Amino acid sequence: MTSPEAVWLASSLAAARPRVISALLRVFRDLDTAEEAFQEASLRALRTWPRTGPPRDVAAWLILVGRNAALDGRRRLARQVPLPADDGLPERAVSDQGLSDPGLSNLGLSDLEDAETPLAEAIDAQVYRDEILRLLFICCHPDLPVTQQIALALRIVAGLSVARIARAFLVSEAAMEQRITRAKARIARSAVPYGAPGAVERVERLAAVSAMLYLVFNAGYSAATGSERSVLCDEAIRLGRLLLRLFSTDPEVMGLLALMLLQHARSPARVDADGEIVLLEDQDRGLWRRPMIAEGLALVDKAMRHRRPGPYQVQAAIAALHARARRPQETDWAGIDALYAALERMQPSPVVTLNRAVATAKVAGPEAGLALVEPLAGPLQSYVHFHGLRGALLMQLGRNGEAREAMRRAIALAGTPAEAAHLRSQLDRLAGTGAAESEKI
Amino acid sequence: MLYAILCYKDEDVVAAWSAAEDDAVMERLGRVHARLERDGKLGPSLRLLPTTAATTLRKASEPPLVIDGPFAETKEQLLGFYVVDVADLDEALGIARDLAAANPGGAYELRPVLLYNPDPRPPLARPAAG
Repeated sequence: MTSPEAVWLASSLAAARPRVISALLRVFRDLDTAEEAFQEASLRALRTWPRTGPPRDVAAWLILVGRNAALDGRRRLARQVPLPADDGLPERAVSDQGLSDPGLSNLGLSDLEDAETPLAEAIDAQVYRDEILRLLFICCHPDLPVTQQIALALRIVAGLSVARIARAFLVSEAAMEQRITRAKARIARSAVPYGAPGAVERVERLAAVSAMLYLVFNAGYSAATGSERSVLCDEAIRLGRLLLRLFSTDPEVMGLLALMLLQHARSPARVDADGEIVLLEDQDRGLWRRPMIAEGLALVDKAMRHRRPGPYQVQAAIAALHARARRPQETDWAGIDALYAALERMQPSPVVTLNRAVATAKVAGPEAGLALVEPLAGPLQSYVHFHGLRGALLMQLGRNGEAREAMRRAIALAGTPAEAAHLRSQLDRLAGTGAAESEKI
Repeated sequence: MLYAILCYKDEDVVAAWSAAEDDAVMERLGRVHARLERDGKLGPSLRLLPTTAATTLRKASEPPLVIDGPFAETKEQLLGFYVVDVADLDEALGIARDLAAANPGGAYELRPVLLYNPDPRPPLARPAAG
């Protein structure tokens, strides 16, 4: 077992990471340099803090030490190039190497080392917020495929090791290393906006970053079996809290974090001993993680006060109604139906309508549910849950022949053996009344 | 006399713990709690959710203003507290030192309690911890 001090040291470095990397990125405008400078500062922290005790401001210490280490590295590089006789100052060479912060290149290195007021303290909260947002925003560059966005965010912002990310995605470490290197190269080639964002730009970045965090979460959530991938859910939640600390009054950020917490709270009950998915109705609610639910419910309440609903808030509110039900029979299906109707207006999509049909069938009966489902046959003809739900509703209406046919199509489309097995068991108990609702929301 | 031990710590550091690390900290603290409980020194104690879940009612304006987040933006946040029944400050400091060894980083603020109201609800109505 690692000592409490070692754990404290490691978690302090992890906690400071987004702030430090984003500050170093602003100075050096290069992801690799920022990362290496953070690594070097962390190594020095591990060497000195156990002896001297931790600094008062961990992030400021790491930014200062990391920046100096990277400047020293550049100075050494510059010395290998002969300097003009009248220009012995290494700082000039440093600025000639492309250091882009004018204020910084005017400082002598000795000034940096003696600096009483760390740079980080001079940066006001707004700048700090925009820096971290920029770091997250870089990871969701539109040119990058989703898998690269996720890998980059986990590596750069969350600080997960390449080996850990590779295990989560079931690829070799070398392949993941290559994926991350390629993503970084692509970012280095494109124009990253380093100026302070305007209000509209900030809102756009926040939306892109929110979507990326939810992708990270879903990559973990949709994994066949829990284990390695659930780390993605934990990291997405951690970054979600970071985002909410920066944008503490944004109801959609509250909604996003609440949604992730309320879904992840169910994870101990989602998979049975054989690794098979357990539907929401059949889950042992005693296994749900109560602290995560409490945090999620509090955030939904906070968001609702703003009276500015959005898709994350509505989805979180749906998850909250499930979480509040002690038993499946106590679920407020009328409330869920109304929330899905609201979501349909905000983000019209056949899948949202399909989810609404589950709630409608509970409130108004299988016929009403089926009426919503049937028109989706075109867009959802190759979607397993469409046929599953349709089959279940037909079953409830006693139209067994059609139900059997729908179930067979669902089984043929099942993504995993566990899903197929579950559908088959439904087909077997065709006389039963269970609905093949989407388990997720 | 009663002392409140207020636990301040950077919540980002706590959030960076893995579930196993969190469990390990709680287990080490649990050993200190068990000893205090055995000696009849431990009163109510609680651990708070992150400040992102906090809401603040500012009473300075009329009507009072409801704002998102904690009362004060600080590097270290109030994450929980204990109430301990001790003879004097020295004894309270001794307990704080034991807690600190089990959970390094941050600070404990020791404040003598002026008024103490126990939970008035019958035991059955009280929520189970965490």
